[in-house]
Amino acid sequence: MASSTTVTAPAAAPAGGRSRRSVNTLPLLAPSVGLLFLWMIVPLAMTLWFSFQYYNLLNPMLSGFAGLDNYRYLLTDPSLWTAMLNTLYLVFWVLVITVGLGTLLAVLFDQEFWGRGVARLLAIAPFFVMPTVSALIWKNMLMHPVNGLFAFVARSLGFPPVDFFGNLPLTSVIIIVAWQWLPFALLILLTAIQSLDNEQKEAARMDGAGPFAMFFFIILPHLARAISVVIMIETIFLLSVFAEILVTTSGGPGLASTNLAFLVYQRALLEFDVGMASAGGMIAVVLANIVAAFLVRAIAKNVAE
Amino acid sequence: MQRKTRDKLILTIVGWLAAFLIFFPIFWMVLTSFKTEIEAIKTPPDLFFTPTIENYITVRERADYVHFALNSIVVSFAATALAILIAVPASYAMAFFPGKRTKDLLLWMLSTKMMPAVGVLVPIYLLFKNTGAIDTRWGLVVVYTLMNLPIVVWMLYTFFKEVPKDILEAGRMDGARPKQEVWLLLMPLSLPGIASTALLSIILCWNEAFWSLNLTASNAAPLTTFIASFSAPEGLFWAKLSAASTVAIAPILVFGWMSQRQLVRGLTFGAVK
Repeated sequence: MASSTTVTAPAAAPAGGRSRRSVNTLPLLAPSVGLLFLWMIVPLAMTLWFSFQYYNLLNPMLSGFAGLDNYRYLLTDPSLWTAMLNTLYLVFWVLVITVGLGTLLAVLFDQEFWGRGVARLLAIAPFFVMPTVSALIWKNMLMHPVNGLFAFVARSLGFPPVDFFGNLPLTSVIIIVAWQWLPFALLILLTAIQSLDNEQKEAARMDGAGPFAMFFFIILPHLARAISVVIMIETIFLLSVFAEILVTTSGGPGLASTNLAFLVYQRALLEFDVGMASAGGMIAVVLANIVAAFLVRAIAKNVAE
Repeated sequence: MQRKTRDKLILTIVGWLAAFLIFFPIFWMVLTSFKTEIEAIKTPPDLFFTPTIENYITVRERADYVHFALNSIVVSFAATALAILIAVPASYAMAFFPGKRTKDLLLWMLSTKMMPAVGVLVPIYLLFKNTGAIDTRWGLVVVYTLMNLPIVVWMLYTFFKEVPKDILEAGRMDGARPKQEVWLLLMPLSLPGIASTALLSIILCWNEAFWSLNLTASNAAPLTTFIASFSAPEGLFWAKLSAASTVAIAPILVFGWMSQRQLVRGLTFGAVK
């Protein structure tokens, strides 16, 4: 926290140039900065460049400057709008589920109870399961319309089993992704709750605040910042959900569960249309940047402290 | 006192119920992995059955599984080691010799992490294809190193900042060169921090499923890609899938449990304490 004072407080250091030598930090920083620059900025510039080109690996005859054609084509193609809506729909509902349930669970796991430590470990476990594994467990063992556990539960309660991926493809993907991200929200909100001053809670209790007043007037305001951080970080990752879709529905049926990331993958790696895929990629970047701008601002405040 | 105990009992039941519901899919997977294939798809499912380790034996005997697991291990550890090696000097410089631009630099690094991978998929894919890096371990190592570099720099930076400056100062007075200062003083002092950074990076590499699915096919495919191949209809062997999945997530689950605190710090870039 006191880092900003190191350079400007040479008086604290003993006299003599040795201990307070000026260090040329450039060679130390150069590898990290240079590599990150190569990794992000250069490919991004290439994506931008490709997005203005006719460039299809299957059709080398078609080449040259396309101007805004790729964008025009993409923006008038209904699949882009479907994918965009699916992307936002998925992000929105996963956020609602994870933040809502995550807040409740964080309050629950903040209470003292027997075996809390172990229960908490169980609750955060899904976050460490690789996306392809969690997608397959849900797809087969739980959501399978014939042999899945949910189908069995539905039948024994007298309901017809739900064909999750046939009838509710996007909802199914949302459930899987929400299950994976719920522990993340829980973990961060729990950390935030635990940093709440106990004296403040005690004081509120002394003043006669019940559990609900406590939650709405003490805990929730304290969590506001953590919740916004969860929302922003999750959004960044959720905008490019990919493996869960590839493994379960492959974007279908039709376009029902295709999001932007999956659309770009389809255009680039299945149809080899580099120009079009790049234009789609740029649209994803713009979407993410809108979110990232807020996130960086929130974190910048913290760094400045 | 009476009431307090009762409240605690209710909380215990609710807490464990919630935890178990969340954990249930993993529990079910582990349970299925000890069934035979016929029991695995049976409805109603058996809760009590004679467990068999046949699936684990099959999975272990299939050479390809070992090959994919090895890819995961090699790629995760190599990328993590490389990222830490590259990040240490930068974090050291930013933590101990902050300048006017340090904050901006940190935020810029962070912002590269905000870029969706799909935005750079096309050029990276073409680049990999043209240089022969596609489906190679080193190609994936390069991608994972760079992917985690911002988080690693950021975490090491926060850990280094906690190292008392006096100790480094004293070392410097005793004539330690910058290199010795980093290797003999800073690194040992912040070893727990470096260890948890490494753990987080390994977890992220191990579970990464965008680049691995797009850039590897068989030679360098890690477990994420291997498990994805079970999504094909002909791969509908639930018990074997469960056994393979259990083995694939077990080590990382343990790592994750060990490093949950640092995880919060690393993934939120210190924005939540």
